[in-house]
Amino acid sequence: MNAKSAGHTTADGRKIGGVLMEMKNITLRFGGVTAIKDISFDIREGEIRAIIGPNGAGKSSMLNVISGFYVPTEGEVWFKGYKRGPMKPYQVARLGIARTFQNIALFDGMSVLDNIMTGRLTMMKSGLLSQALWIGNAEKEEHAHREKVEKIIDFLEIQNIRKTPVGRLPYGLKKRVELARALAAEPKLLLLDEPMAGMNVEEKEDMSRFVLDVNDEFGTTIALIEHDMGVVMDLSDRVVVMDYGKKIGDGTPDEVRNNQDVIDAYLGVAHD
Amino acid sequence: MFYREAGDFKTSYREDSQTFPIKFDRWRFWAVLALAYGVVPIFINDYWANAVFVPFLIYSIAAIGLNILVGYAGQVSLGTGGFMAVGAYACYKLMTAFPEVSIFVHVLLAGGVTAAVGVLFGLPSLRIKGFYLAVATLAAQFFLVWLFNKVPWFYNYSASGQITAPSRQVIGFFVTGAQTTAVSKYLFCLVMLTIVAVLARNLTRGTVGRKWMAIRDMDIAAEIIGVNPLTTKMTAFMVSSFFIGIAGALFFAVYLGAAEVGEAFGIQKSFLILFMVIIGGLGSIFGSFAGAAFLVLLPVLLKNVLVGSLGWPTDLAAHIELMIVGGLIVVFLIAEPHGLAQLWRLTKEKLRLWPFPH
Repeated sequence: MNAKSAGHTTADGRKIGGVLMEMKNITLRFGGVTAIKDISFDIREGEIRAIIGPNGAGKSSMLNVISGFYVPTEGEVWFKGYKRGPMKPYQVARLGIARTFQNIALFDGMSVLDNIMTGRLTMMKSGLLSQALWIGNAEKEEHAHREKVEKIIDFLEIQNIRKTPVGRLPYGLKKRVELARALAAEPKLLLLDEPMAGMNVEEKEDMSRFVLDVNDEFGTTIALIEHDMGVVMDLSDRVVVMDYGKKIGDGTPDEVRNNQDVIDAYLGVAHD
Repeated sequence: MFYREAGDFKTSYREDSQTFPIKFDRWRFWAVLALAYGVVPIFINDYWANAVFVPFLIYSIAAIGLNILVGYAGQVSLGTGGFMAVGAYACYKLMTAFPEVSIFVHVLLAGGVTAAVGVLFGLPSLRIKGFYLAVATLAAQFFLVWLFNKVPWFYNYSASGQITAPSRQVIGFFVTGAQTTAVSKYLFCLVMLTIVAVLARNLTRGTVGRKWMAIRDMDIAAEIIGVNPLTTKMTAFMVSSFFIGIAGALFFAVYLGAAEVGEAFGIQKSFLILFMVIIGGLGSIFGSFAGAAFLVLLPVLLKNVLVGSLGWPTDLAAHIELMIVGGLIVVFLIAEPHGLAQLWRLTKEKLRLWPFPH
């Protein structure tokens, strides 16, 4: 597989395009602590890119840099061929980057449907006045977006809970609703922070299937952090391995699996 | 039994997202509306208007306003009294400066002025949250009351420092001043409340409402999905203050007729309305009505029972009444911390299955 070409087709027939996002020499410091040290990698259009590493390796920090939540101390973030300056998180959302959180960040007081509808907020244009009077654009827009959201609800098989308050749902379903909310934004790039953390085997299988389906059906580029090696190796096209804030491996799952540094980081090194 | 959802099929998103999705609810809503507009005005007299209906309607407006800010957008405010004062004084200045314009317009404009002031005092909410924001809004409360006391321009240099509402008519009926009748006061406030309730309902079910609730439930996640916290919080302060301003204008012009700022719009008013919102139910329009009804009607009811039926001395009854109301507030909050609205919701869920719960 030649990773440098402008685009190619994977063995299972998915199209991988050009570079969508490029991280150039990213360094992130919090006071004296260096969370990320000089890391560069790219994410290509249509691929599933995994970031793995032991606890405290800086994976979540990396995801926060990608999602614009942290501004890197040094280095550049390029998205769709443009250098991204410091932005507010909500501006990043408007660029087409959506994410889920490691510890679910849903709106507990709202129903599943309302939660997913919030994913489409950036696309809703009707003004305060037309909404207050519920005339003109407001109602039409609401129903048009509702239709899109219902498609996602069907896709993730959560029709029966659409009116349930999110606070009442079990963990696995919450994760799925969070994915639905991110998908509702029709993102170019979807960031998943440990989508399978705390799930049993069955739930993991469901989630893996949804991640693959999302990538396949909508062509969404996905970057994910995950601890379950089996899942990562099966799902992803390319893997970045981090340890102590440094990048120690980058490549296809097979390349990474045989990388000596990666094996050392995960299994430890014999000291003699 | 009463709440049959079975057989009540929805075939469009419009039907599914209506305010009262269950047929029985819709019937009851229209029945209440018909009662309020058609039956009550026939029987209302001065006592009922002044002791029960007019304060209930006005406090409902204020409670809806505060509920939008506290219940929907999650921004605690103790400045309600101050904002009501802004509405009252704006209305007074407009009424005396432009006597030929309808009071209806003045009340709405007073709401607009309050909205602007509310946005100004809402700015700290961008940096501080929770209790700290409550203290910042408390500053607004004291500052505004002080301002209306100290600057004579606001009360047109009157000797007493009070503001007095001149007589004004709406389509030929007096709604302010000495010649008003119970019916016209009541209907004027009712129309205002209807407008406010419909606006609030529309705002909270759509995009704006979702933004508010997203900020309330988890502001970081809200920002990541594309909610701009600045505009969202400011619209919450704006809409909330608009309604509270309307309530303040009505409270002064229609209900009191004459007001002194510290007395009518002091800190106790802020607390009263906050209690209404909390007891009624945060994040619920119905809860605003329920809370206002609870705190307006209960004292009147108790007074009638204690003095009227049991024949107790008035001063004793007044003290006992305070104790009972206070006790009931505590009981209700322990029984259902989410307020009367949640109690009502649970009742409805039970009624859906009644009498066959399994």
